[in-house]
Order: sequence, then C-alpha cells, then structure tokens
Amino acid sequence: MAIEVNGKTFEVDEEGYLANINDWEPGVAEVMAKEDELELTDEHWDIIKFLREYYEEYQIAPAVRVLTKAVAKKLGKDKGNSKYLYGLFPYGPGKQACRYAGLPKPTGCV
Amino acid sequence: MSEVKKFMYLNRRAPYGTIYAWESLEVVLIGAAFDQQVSLMFVDDGVYQLVKGSKPADIEMKNFTPTYRTLGDYGVRHMFVDKASLEARGLTQDDLIEVEWEDWETEEEVDNIVEVIDADKVVELLDESDVVFSF
Repeated sequence: MAIEVNGKTFEVDEEGYLANINDWEPGVAEVMAKEDELELTDEHWDIIKFLREYYEEYQIAPAVRVLTKAVAKKLGKDKGNSKYLYGLFPYGPGKQACRYAGLPKPTGCV
Repeated sequence: MSEVKKFMYLNRRAPYGTIYAWESLEVVLIGAAFDQQVSLMFVDDGVYQLVKGSKPADIEMKNFTPTYRTLGDYGVRHMFVDKASLEARGLTQDDLIEVEWEDWETEEEVDNIVEVIDADKVVELLDESDVVFSF
C-alpha cells in the first residue's frame, strides 16, 4: 500500500502506518489527516512534533499512558490529559497521532 | 483489591543475534503498562543489553538500547545487573546506560535505577519474585 503526498509516493503498512519513519515529511501528516477529515491545528502539530522527538530519543512509539504523562511534563498538565489528547485525536492519541508522525503503531496497542 | 504481583524479567542473552532481548523488552513495555510491579535483571551476556554506545546499524539492526532509558516512564522501578557477569566481561557500571525514574504525582525522583548487585542479592531477588520470566 502507499499514499501520495505532493506528487511523491510513500509506502505504508496495511493499517496505514508509514513503512519507513525516515521518509516522513509534514505533508504526510496533512494527507493522512485529510483522509480522516481532520484539520491539523498548531495544537495537533505540537503533539506530532513531540512524538517525533520522543521516537528520536527512545526509538519507540510510547504507550498512550506514557505519552499522556510525558506531554504533561513537557507541555503542561492542561495538554497532558486524556480528554485534551482525545479531543485532538479522536481515534486515539497513541494510534492516530503516531500514524500522522510517521511512527510505528505503539507497542502493546491492539 | 487484588494484590500486585512482583514480576521479574531475567535477561541472560546478548542483545543482537537472537530475538530474545528485544522480545523481552517488548513484553516489559506491555506488562508495565498494566501496573504490575516490574523489575529487570541482567545476568551473563544479558549485561551487554545495557552497554552504552552500541552501533548495531553496522549489522543492519535497529539500536534498541535507547529504549531501555524510557522504562522509568513505563513504571519500571528497578533494573538489576549482576556484578560478576559485568566483571567477567571487563565492564563496570560506568559502561552502562543510566535510566531515570520519576513518580509523576509525588515528583519523587531517582537519577538512575540501574543497580549493580552481587550474586547473593540476585538469588534473593529472584526468590522473592512471584513470577520470573526468563529470556
């Protein structure tokens, strides 16, 4: 499977996660969000950026519980809570935001 | 309320060459997310899993040593390393990564949960665990 972004083709797995994290560019998130009929705001980009930094440092996509705590620590408690994160990413901040960020599906996520 | 069980993950193999170390780490990441009391033990070649500066890209493997550094965030409270296994390989604690731990509610902090222990302590800890997973 593949998605088309600005004339370039990106390989994705059967669940829509990018095959190679290093291929990622912001346009990937935009195209994926458009398919979900979601408009990306600065608040979404904060989380996407955060996830890419987390992966860079630890080489995994965090479980949603860990993501929530880590966001609270870095961006404040008003953002590091389930309600806020699910508000931004209704399909689940673990799965949906990781997918937009080009990360693999979080370990332990079914 | 049911009692929280003590889980011990015993790691005895080198990080690359077999899938054991990575599989163990994945199970820990999943198990810790279920609020069990999780500790890790590194014995024999397992101590290599925590050595800083690995470059497994040279053998076309992903370097997952950085991933151990997030285990504190997953609620892992102890990572024990067998002293004799380290010494037999010419290693010391300085060669190992550090893993921070923080209680997000009480803000209690531990700078490094990686602890080198002697053989008697290894036996004692394995003995008092409710469940031991050996990888």
